[in-house]
Amino acid sequence: MRRRYILAATVALPFLAQPAWANLVYVSNEKDNTVTVVDSKTMEVVKTINVGQRPRGITISPDGKIIYVCASDDDTVEMIDTATNEVVGSLPSGPDPELFVLSPDGQTLYVANEDDNLVTVIDVNTKGVVAEIPVGVEPEGMGVSPDGKTIVNTSETTSMAHFIDTSTHEITDNVLVDSRPRFAEFKPDGSEVWVSAEIGGTVSVIDNKTRAVTHKITFEIQGLRSEQIQPVGVRITADGKKAYVALGPANRVAVVNTETYEVEKYVLVGQRVWQLAFMPDGKQIISTNGLSNDITFIDTETDEPIKSVTVGQLPWGVAISPN
Amino acid sequence: MAASLNGMIMKSTVPNTLSVLFGFFLLFVNVSGVSAQQAATNKPAKPVVETRIGYLRAYEPQLALSVLDIPPRDEGVAGANVAINDNNTTGKFLGQSFVLDVTETKFDADVVPVFKEMLARGDKFVLTDVSAKQLLSIADLAKDSGVLLFNVGATDDSLREEECRANVFHTAPTRSMLADGLAQYLVWKQWRKWVLLYGSHDRDKLYADAIRRAATRFGATIVEERLYEDKGTARRTDTGVIQVQKQMPVFTQNLPEHDVVIVADESEVFGSYVPYRTWTPRPVAGTAGLVPSSWHPASEQWGGSQIQNRFDKATGRRMLSKDMQAWTAVRILGEAITRSKGNDPKQVETFIKADDFSIAAFKGQKLSFRNWNWQLRQPILIGDGHGVVSTSPQEGFLHQFSELDTLGVDRPETKCKLD
Repeated sequence: MRRRYILAATVALPFLAQPAWANLVYVSNEKDNTVTVVDSKTMEVVKTINVGQRPRGITISPDGKIIYVCASDDDTVEMIDTATNEVVGSLPSGPDPELFVLSPDGQTLYVANEDDNLVTVIDVNTKGVVAEIPVGVEPEGMGVSPDGKTIVNTSETTSMAHFIDTSTHEITDNVLVDSRPRFAEFKPDGSEVWVSAEIGGTVSVIDNKTRAVTHKITFEIQGLRSEQIQPVGVRITADGKKAYVALGPANRVAVVNTETYEVEKYVLVGQRVWQLAFMPDGKQIISTNGLSNDITFIDTETDEPIKSVTVGQLPWGVAISPN
Repeated sequence: MAASLNGMIMKSTVPNTLSVLFGFFLLFVNVSGVSAQQAATNKPAKPVVETRIGYLRAYEPQLALSVLDIPPRDEGVAGANVAINDNNTTGKFLGQSFVLDVTETKFDADVVPVFKEMLARGDKFVLTDVSAKQLLSIADLAKDSGVLLFNVGATDDSLREEECRANVFHTAPTRSMLADGLAQYLVWKQWRKWVLLYGSHDRDKLYADAIRRAATRFGATIVEERLYEDKGTARRTDTGVIQVQKQMPVFTQNLPEHDVVIVADESEVFGSYVPYRTWTPRPVAGTAGLVPSSWHPASEQWGGSQIQNRFDKATGRRMLSKDMQAWTAVRILGEAITRSKGNDPKQVETFIKADDFSIAAFKGQKLSFRNWNWQLRQPILIGDGHGVVSTSPQEGFLHQFSELDTLGVDRPETKCKLD
């Protein structure tokens, strides 16, 4: 009975007031210029939003009101209002934005401009460019420290993690990692940055104090050649105990113990798994599987896949609304 | 950087005072990681280590049957230049800079004198886009001078086999790699009956040899071969075009039943006229039609659009195979010099020859060197004038070590003996 009542309420107020238990999952589809909206409870597509060309990086404001999407081929960042699920505006981004990170206070967006070897700093309120920071060749991965004082950018051909002081917008450290670094993720306590290297096939753990690589995580999957294991997206649980690493064409997500730095499990998802995002309660993590055009919900307690949901063409990134 | 510098000092076994002095020496003279980092953002970083990379090129304008196929004047060199820029962007964080020293000679010239001039200018790493014969004329001279050569132009298998050299790395694929890449695709398509049309120049015959070898290797059958003799009337002169074009249907008449026509005409005498002019309607592959290559100007997969955009912005044209081969060679040097933190040729050679060396080059997987002849392992793109049709190795062609070794001459068959 209760179930029926809730369903009725959802139908009546589709996007205005989401029931507390349902989250909306926003997936950027690189090939068909859309963002797919999936209800996390029913695991069904509720809307497809047309956005700019080649949407890739996607994130959500801390208050859950705005979704930001890089429209790479339009050289812009589009804003989606989560109340109406409509595109409501855009931000300047510099050329070819691929991936970005929002400051913890939600006020500043740091965008990697792949074609120009720059990180562009944007004030989301004034919609103005605050600074442009020259970095290495093909900047991509962007991570921000929990205190917002440091951002880390990875440059793919330079194979470095650049540490940038957010108060001065200057690079303070450059750390060499393995080939084609794609993603940088801070541990929730800010002690470490995990950087994935797609072609190198590793994740480098960088100590945030010494800015030196302290561990290198490697992956081994029976029946797969090392060339097929290409780490991309990385997410670390809120308690800092487990890390999830998307392994690209290996079609699996690795679950890594952050104390031992050992891989504890490989979760088979879809083809060319690219990025990851946790549900706000941390009980599930969702992967985007580019070549199979779907996303997979993974239970973070059992680390078993729950269900895959078909989205648009070449799903790239995922962001989840907190309510 | 600071950490690694400290590590170096601490690991030193020399007495304390000496080690401190040595540390200062490093700080000022050599490893300038710390100062370069600080300088990178506001002040221009002072280049501490400059690496000169030579580029030796034997050039003459090439003829082609289609004006679209005439190689651009800066083919290859442009790729090296883009890689120099990439290396310098990385280098500014580490106090390293790279310059390209291009030397051009006539197509069939004796390259020894100009190579000696390059040595005199201090080039320790030299890319070569010269013939096999020219490369061999300088290989031992280079070895005696401690110079590493990177062959970015010659596809001759002989340079990796009976004439291989320990100081010559090859980023250009071999003809046998190209032919195997194409053959895998054709066999996967179940187009197993081939007709081989080949030109009369040496390089056409070598290409034809590679095609014959590939057919045997992957289970295709060459049902008939025909030689097209170059009588010097072809190419883009009006009468030549008309003559050769008109000959094609007749040239391909009365062939046994076949799935595909393979053309071996590197000299561009007749091959590009074969597609759409065969007696029976059949797809054409080889040096015309569906062509195997190390790169394709339309390849956008695996981050390829990034290098394509960068290349286009720098040169105003699309990136070709030789550009990619030169880009890869310069990037290999950049990678070795960045990571080994020095540009001593011995040190760089050791770094590149290490088992775990690899390079990323927008082909979906890391590329590495075959340690029996220093040929770069690489996927082969199969494309036509418009786009990439497929990439080899094809699925299902297995290998105990690396699927990339299903392309070209493998370790057990090599005739190369490195000293």
